[in-house]
Amino acid sequence: MAVSIRTDGEAAGLAPLSNRSATGASWDQPILLRLVSIALFAGIWEVAGRIPVSFAFPTFSDTLVAFFGLLADGSLATAYLSTLQPLVLGVVLSAFLGVGLGTICGLWRTGEWLVIPVFIVLQAAPVAAFIPMVTFVYGIGMTAKTLAVMILALPVIVLNTYKAVRNVNESLLVMCRSFLGTRWQTVAKIILPDASPVIFAGLRLGVAAGFVGVVLAELLITPTGIGDLITFHRSRADYAEMYATIASIIALSTLTLVFLQWVEVRVFRPESRGA
Amino acid sequence: MVATALRNGPSPVPAPIDSIVEVRGISKTYGNVEALRGIDLDFPRGKLTSLLGPSGCGKTTLLKIIAGLIRADGGTVAINGKRVSAPGPERAFVFQDFALMPWATVTRNVAFGLELRGTNKAEREEIARRYIAEVGLAGFEDKYPHELSGGMRQRVGLARALSVDADVLLLDEPFSAVDEQNRRKFQEDLIRLRTNQNKTFIFVTHSIEEAVYISDRIVLLSPRPGRVSQIIEPEIDRSGDPERIHRDRHYLDTVEEIWQGLKQYVE
Repeated sequence: MAVSIRTDGEAAGLAPLSNRSATGASWDQPILLRLVSIALFAGIWEVAGRIPVSFAFPTFSDTLVAFFGLLADGSLATAYLSTLQPLVLGVVLSAFLGVGLGTICGLWRTGEWLVIPVFIVLQAAPVAAFIPMVTFVYGIGMTAKTLAVMILALPVIVLNTYKAVRNVNESLLVMCRSFLGTRWQTVAKIILPDASPVIFAGLRLGVAAGFVGVVLAELLITPTGIGDLITFHRSRADYAEMYATIASIIALSTLTLVFLQWVEVRVFRPESRGA
Repeated sequence: MVATALRNGPSPVPAPIDSIVEVRGISKTYGNVEALRGIDLDFPRGKLTSLLGPSGCGKTTLLKIIAGLIRADGGTVAINGKRVSAPGPERAFVFQDFALMPWATVTRNVAFGLELRGTNKAEREEIARRYIAEVGLAGFEDKYPHELSGGMRQRVGLARALSVDADVLLLDEPFSAVDEQNRRKFQEDLIRLRTNQNKTFIFVTHSIEEAVYISDRIVLLSPRPGRVSQIIEPEIDRSGDPERIHRDRHYLDTVEEIWQGLKQYVE
């Protein structure tokens, strides 16, 4: 049993990799750079607003003040309460349906022939043009808005998942088979983890598209939530409030994507943590 | 003179006393390329047999047919007297490209065969830890494959194959993606490991030196179509210092002899 195999040399060669303090210093750098980037953006905005570029273009500081004003009077909270319903519902449905459909199409030829062409067409089409049609069929309620989110979010999620499952590492599949993995085990333990980076890339694009969908729906179908807030302030020429609303939804969308990336690294690809 | 037992011709070799793997009349064609024709072979239990030959002789195809990963067009493979055509628990495979899951730690990779069999987590990790130490990777249990060198990754592949406790280990050019220094080291370790583990090894390689260095028995395959051209049993004493083998008279003579035999296939 006792085999003396020397790995001292190899262990020494690996030491810098496991040295946390060495990587710690370079870690602070990106955060600092990101803050500088945001400050730079705010500065340019401020200058552009003061020139002014257009009478309808507020400065950064005015927008920030308007943002806190909207927060204080509760109109932002009320707007988000109504916007988030179709958004969250649509995005969650798209995520599960999209990953499920994409996986089935990646594994099963018939499914691929039936489903994939539809999504290729949907992805190529200017989907916003469908929104009036969705309104015509489903009216102006939640259903229509959720559908608007889904027709924008679903295609990219399905197609990415399908491609990822299709191009799974062949040698890992053979390995799983040689160690007697069942079909289910192969899907759960090899295919999905191996495909997860590309699936998550699709989810990020899909979630971003979902935000586009919900804003479009609120601008085109019925003015509620964020769409209403934008339209309302535009009509009153409260440009600072209008920009604050727009900026807030961009910020929310960005934070959601960052959160998604965090979940991916945490749960699915622990090896890429800190890489 | 050279103390090697030579047997010529592709005719069925009389079965050794105890052969664990029996290959009978295996043939395989890819399109219009005949990869293997009428292979008859017996692999003695507890020995290390190498399949050696130039590229295109079908040695990896033959190994994968024995593993049940490729279906043969004709012929049969029997393990312990039982015919097989799919992977089974009595065989374990070591892959040329390691085939490690990049998202899993060394421990999980090594324990993966047991995980698929439904062994509970505590037990399989205990077994994995034992084999990780066995192949010299103690201390690297929680590393991910990308943090390891090529040689260390293949040690993980070897530990994974050992941990499912198969009778037959099938190694497909395990050192071809490993640098030369690590390969020498790994070969020495494999010789030690063999004396400790009561297992049968079937080893595919294109390196004559490697085959002679580690094998009890070398099956020489000739290309287009792949056929058994010669079986050689180098009688080299491996009990002492593994370094010494490289200077052993029999070792050097056998390498030379095989090279003379293979020369004709090299263009």
